[in-house]
Amino acid sequence: MTEITHHIPDHLMAAYTAGSLPEPYALVVATHVSMCLECHASYEAHQALGGAVLETAGEAAVSEVLKSDVMALLDAPVASEPVYKRSGVYPGPIMTALKGRAPRWKSLGLGVRQCILSGNSEGSVRLLYIPPGQAVPDHGHNGLEMTLVLQGSFSDETGWFGAGDVELADQDLEHTPIADAGPPCICLAATDAPLRFNSFVPRLLQPIFRI
Amino acid sequence: MTEVTSPDPDTSAAAGFTQETLWMLAVRDQRDKAAFSALFDHFAPRLKGFIMRSGMGSGQAEEIVQEVMLTVWRKADLFDPGRAQVSGWIYQIARNRQIDVIRKENRPVPEELYEDQGSEPDASQIVGLEQEASELRQALARLKPDQREMIEKAYLGELTHQEIKSQTGLPLGTIKSRIRLGLERLRHELKDMRSDD
Repeated sequence: MTEITHHIPDHLMAAYTAGSLPEPYALVVATHVSMCLECHASYEAHQALGGAVLETAGEAAVSEVLKSDVMALLDAPVASEPVYKRSGVYPGPIMTALKGRAPRWKSLGLGVRQCILSGNSEGSVRLLYIPPGQAVPDHGHNGLEMTLVLQGSFSDETGWFGAGDVELADQDLEHTPIADAGPPCICLAATDAPLRFNSFVPRLLQPIFRI
Repeated sequence: MTEVTSPDPDTSAAAGFTQETLWMLAVRDQRDKAAFSALFDHFAPRLKGFIMRSGMGSGQAEEIVQEVMLTVWRKADLFDPGRAQVSGWIYQIARNRQIDVIRKENRPVPEELYEDQGSEPDASQIVGLEQEASELRQALARLKPDQREMIEKAYLGELTHQEIKSQTGLPLGTIKSRIRLGLERLRHELKDMRSDD
């Protein structure tokens, strides 16, 4: 197992901890934190700072009935929520997004496959399956694109990304990530682009289609 | 490995545990309702003030306070004083709950790091964490008012990640040592877990 070298930067971890990070990116951060001890420590540190703000940011008196309600509910039975455990290369947060099922892949051609986990006006997040030597498809983005490697590796102009590494790209980065030799590369990719079902074509064809 | 129970309150207090940590451990290990009641009195008004600052009305804020405090009681077994301050742990529960309510969906959360009984932190580790948290609060208090307001806004969820990045005056560096020490603790605990296999 190689060391994770590409981590979640502080501003994204702060936004994730505070809950202001849009859901597609939040899934990437939650998955990376499940794979990376260093970022788990960072997450806990940001929680400590959030706790300091909670302690000192001001109080509002609560109604008396609130406390009696809460105390009365302590012994009430609670339905247990399902907890989806890590399965293969998919950590818990991805299994939760998949509701415990195996990914259902859709072919994008050239052996590349995707499985969309969620998508709305805030952006989208999907699993990508890229055979060795193939380009990682462009997710189509205006702002931030996050790509987390779950299996295998890819390389581009900026470096090498193995399991657990997360690549951050903005619209200014011209890059062509290619899956390395070895097992197929499986990634979790989030973008702020709204979900478009038909326009997701391999990156090398994009100049032709102008998307 | 012997069964680990809550530290003795007298020696723990003398060793530097905060009152909130002692209450939380009594809730976790003894299901102590008096200790929970004390935690409620401390945190419920802070939670309500915190939640209302992000624009929620009093009634809805109290509904969230109720759910957060019930989660504190029900998930107390996940509280690890060697890794988290009570305030940080409750902060995360509150933010998660608030976002679930606003977005009507469960926000993605990382896997829990479960530890076995053998890796229960010792008192010095807990006290070390308390000291870090106290230093963090002091560092916050020393900030200029506009810097402090930015930190509050960031952790209330009022700033986007782009805004947090562009706020170069945001003293996120204050948590660098906390991250380093936290990582050492996690590595130590996971080493213990492996040796227990």
